[in-house]
Amino acid sequence: MTEPVTDPVIEARGLTRRFGDLTAVDALDLTVEPRTIYGFLGPNGCGKTTTVRMLTGLLTPSAGRVRVLGHQLPRDAERLKRQIGYMTQKFSLYDDLTVAENLGFVAEIYGLGHRVARQRIDALLSTYALEPMRNRRAGRMSGGQRQRLALAAATIHEPALLFLDEPTSAVDPENRRDFWERLFDLVDAGASILVSTHYMDEAERCHRLAIMESGHKRADGSPDELMAAMGAQVVEVEAPNLRALKQRLSALPEVISAAQLGSRLRVLVADRIHDPVAWLRTQPLEPVPTALESARPSLEDVFVTSTGSHVGTGGQRA
Amino acid sequence: MSALLQSVRRVLAILSKELTQLRRDRTTLGMVIMIPLIQLVLFGYAINTNVRHIPAALVDQANTGLSRALTEAVEATQVVRFTERYVDIPAAQDAIVQGRVRAAFIIPPDLSQRVARSGSVGAGLATPPSTDEQTSRPVAQWIVDGSDTMIAGAIKGLRAMPLTELLRRPANRTTPTFAVALFFNPEQRSAINIVPGLVAVILTMTMVMFTSAAIVRESERGNMEMLINTPVRPLELMLGKIVPYIGIGLVQTAIILLLGHLIFGVPLQGSPLALAVATLAFIGASLALGLVLSTIATSQLQAMQMTVFILLPSILLSGFMFPYEGMPVPAQYIAEVLPATHFMRMIRAVMLRDAGLTEVAGDSLWLLGFTLAGLLVASLRFKKRLD
Repeated sequence: MTEPVTDPVIEARGLTRRFGDLTAVDALDLTVEPRTIYGFLGPNGCGKTTTVRMLTGLLTPSAGRVRVLGHQLPRDAERLKRQIGYMTQKFSLYDDLTVAENLGFVAEIYGLGHRVARQRIDALLSTYALEPMRNRRAGRMSGGQRQRLALAAATIHEPALLFLDEPTSAVDPENRRDFWERLFDLVDAGASILVSTHYMDEAERCHRLAIMESGHKRADGSPDELMAAMGAQVVEVEAPNLRALKQRLSALPEVISAAQLGSRLRVLVADRIHDPVAWLRTQPLEPVPTALESARPSLEDVFVTSTGSHVGTGGQRA
Repeated sequence: MSALLQSVRRVLAILSKELTQLRRDRTTLGMVIMIPLIQLVLFGYAINTNVRHIPAALVDQANTGLSRALTEAVEATQVVRFTERYVDIPAAQDAIVQGRVRAAFIIPPDLSQRVARSGSVGAGLATPPSTDEQTSRPVAQWIVDGSDTMIAGAIKGLRAMPLTELLRRPANRTTPTFAVALFFNPEQRSAINIVPGLVAVILTMTMVMFTSAAIVRESERGNMEMLINTPVRPLELMLGKIVPYIGIGLVQTAIILLLGHLIFGVPLQGSPLALAVATLAFIGASLALGLVLSTIATSQLQAMQMTVFILLPSILLSGFMFPYEGMPVPAQYIAEVLPATHFMRMIRAVMLRDAGLTEVAGDSLWLLGFTLAGLLVASLRFKKRLD
């Protein structure tokens, strides 16, 4: 990596992409600062992949201006390619090549010298715990191993900016935690990362994030800022018949949402109610809540208030 | 490192990746060897333009020693084989309609008189002077299923069958109008013409098929999104994709020609250098054609259908099955566009007619131009974008 950059690594204004009648991404403004992990949070089909493809120069925007690492897109897309790494949503290395062959191929394509390539491959294999399966074919590895291989291949030329499109969708939680440790290592070494996800726990790890819904950016900021500026308060409610209570609560105009979490209901109450716990006690509810308690907002609450929809934390796919 | 060196390295990277993938794909590798092997043996034996042993019906209304001798003489030509016998003509016609026989031989009751008359004047020639009403009558009649022109032609060849043996006259009494000297294939064995042509057909099939799937496969398996995010250039990708298959094409050519020589005795009369030049030019053209198809097709299945679309005219119009010169002029123009036509001309010239580099230069240059144009079109059509 070269000298520290202070200009934004990504600057997009009014970025728009239409496919026929469908507007996949609508007038998106985006600024990504160097040495940060920027998250794109949103459900499937909200335009995350389309945005990433426009930012990597794979798709031509229908409207808007984009500068990535100082390169005007789509004009300078070819020059940009050497400086970015892209980990696609679907595994895109060769299933019938071994780990070492895949990495060797990518190194050659990026024009790494033989000695440099060998050193880089050895280093990556040990960083991503792939040394034992050096000679295993990519098609015969687990989801977590393939994902680590994909990250290794995307970073082999030490890109200044890394795009990760739903990198952990096929990976178990423990591998996900390890994976994020590696991402922070990369940022420590000077890289900037843009990652799209539909997992709340992943979004919470980002330095900044944008919440996307059907092609629009609904909110952006650091997770703490987003939670502070949510415009709603959280009350956790216990009651004997939660399903019935949920129906009643959802009917109240001040209640933004009510979602069941195990034996409790997580209720989002609009900010115009000053003391939501006291307010809820005055409501004629049936069944009567046995316990009411104010709670700390989570990113999922932010997501629900800013989009009005609900994203599961599980791995469901559209 | 200079830009050119970088470029060469990227081509080599793709090339060696293709080779590794090919080496692991046992089925494809098996086909590389087995397709030419099986097709050579199959077609070398099966395709025979000398029609023999056509099943025929016999209606012998004379039923004399002479008629039986005539029947034997006809069967001795090996053109027909009498599989059915009928007493009257309608039954024989039915047999033709039903497809049990392709022809019927009808010997009239007055055979001996007809033979005697024709023998007294024409000395065994089947076409006696037409001025003589009496002697110009044929001795017997053929009814032929004329829908197949090759069968019809073979039976028509019997029209002039000499009757010398029947009349016990010396054979040298008949003098043909023309003397014909058959060069290059005096024994008239079909394999001599078929085997070199098979090289063109098999190479068209395998070369176009391999490369037409080459680019599409990357997209279908999801590798393309990674590939177009790297600095690789379209032309580098195209070159890296086709070079491994040049080797495969040469191996297949060697298999066909070697076995063709060992099994069917097909000679190599001309210069091996001219053969190599012609073959390389043709392999290049076929691979480039496949690449162009690959940039059009959106799935491997489509690529396969396009390959067949190219393969059929390459078999039927290139001169492999039917003489190029016999086709109508518009069809000749179409044939001229197909690489197989040019190669068919060259490989037969080199292998059978002792042609050298100068004779194949024109067609080779044409194929070289085709190759370059194909590479250019494929590279231009290939976009490093998803929109």
